[in-house]
Amino acid sequence: MELAIGLILGACALGAGLAMIAGIGPGIGEGNAVAKACEAIGRQPESKGSVTTTMLMGCAIAETTGLYALVIAIILIFVAPNLLVDILVNTMKSL
Amino acid sequence: MKTRRSFRLWDIFYIIMMIVPLAIGMVLQILTKPMAEGITLTGARIFFTIPMPLQDFYVTESQINSLLVTVTIFFFCLYMTHGIHERVKLKRQHFAELIVEKVDGLVNENMGEYFMGYSPFIIAMLALSAVSSLSSLIGLFPPTSDINVVGGWAILVFILITYYKMKCGPLYYLKSFTEPIALLAPINFLSEFATPISMSFRHYGNILSGTVISTLIAVGLSGLSHLVLGWLPGFLGEISWLRVGIPAVLSIYFDVFSGCLQAFIFAMLTMMNVAGAFPMDEYEKRKQRKQIKKQTT
Repeated sequence: MELAIGLILGACALGAGLAMIAGIGPGIGEGNAVAKACEAIGRQPESKGSVTTTMLMGCAIAETTGLYALVIAIILIFVAPNLLVDILVNTMKSL
Repeated sequence: MKTRRSFRLWDIFYIIMMIVPLAIGMVLQILTKPMAEGITLTGARIFFTIPMPLQDFYVTESQINSLLVTVTIFFFCLYMTHGIHERVKLKRQHFAELIVEKVDGLVNENMGEYFMGYSPFIIAMLALSAVSSLSSLIGLFPPTSDINVVGGWAILVFILITYYKMKCGPLYYLKSFTEPIALLAPINFLSEFATPISMSFRHYGNILSGTVISTLIAVGLSGLSHLVLGWLPGFLGEISWLRVGIPAVLSIYFDVFSGCLQAFIFAMLTMMNVAGAFPMDEYEKRKQRKQIKKQTT
């Protein structure tokens, strides 16, 4: 029983860590977006306002995939262990 | 300029009513939070449940706090528009006009002339979202870090999008699913539901990640200060010195900047999605056709 609970907790933590590998993608994407925005502002300093607004919008949308991974990781850490342990305990009781 | 006494009394009443809801939230927080917990990361606490036929209705912290935030914004608006006059008498009128003009300009730029009636809705959403996120600065549970609150707003936006897509009749709406080719209909159908999910997850994830990181840093710094400065004599060693000031610097990014930015992005995406869902050309064409029919008959 203790072994099974330990396995559940460890697997949940590992899964959360693995899910956050998805943070690489938005990082690279946002870096690219900001680099291009800096280039654009350097070329045309008068268009700074609109370029910054568009860049922030684009960054927020590029962030979405990373945030999906974050939500999954948070569910794995805070919600899943209790749920899975409850299921385990209930099945052990019914056996 | 001189103001009458009753005018000033109303002003004071509005300001008090702006502060009272937030104070009520703080008092509730102090009364209901168990003392022994220390620094913990919990979701919204459930205050009480109302039994319902299908499922129990939970009244949680996030609902209470969002109601309190709404009351605060309501009295702020009353305060700003109090004593408004054609010939400007008070300084606050300039500020109120500035806000209204900015939002009108934003809506006009992003949605066009047809949607100008949307600017009150957009500013309401902006203010609610920003003040909800910023309420974590005074120690309240931010309602935007609960997915149920943000999900409700996203469903509202989804209903608006569907309404504007239906504007040219249900048949035209159904036809829009088979846009490039009929094979892609299931994918188009799924992407319809992806909009509210991505909008709510984006807002909620950003605020929640800020909360999680702030809590982790606070716990880590208190542990570190016990390790490094624990040798100080008496009660000096018990105070976690490193937790003074350092989390506040990080909170400028995670609470203030991120909260305001997410409010702006939520409003921007609302505007873009609603304006993009409306088939303007087709609608105008149908209107003209109807007018011609009317004239001939």
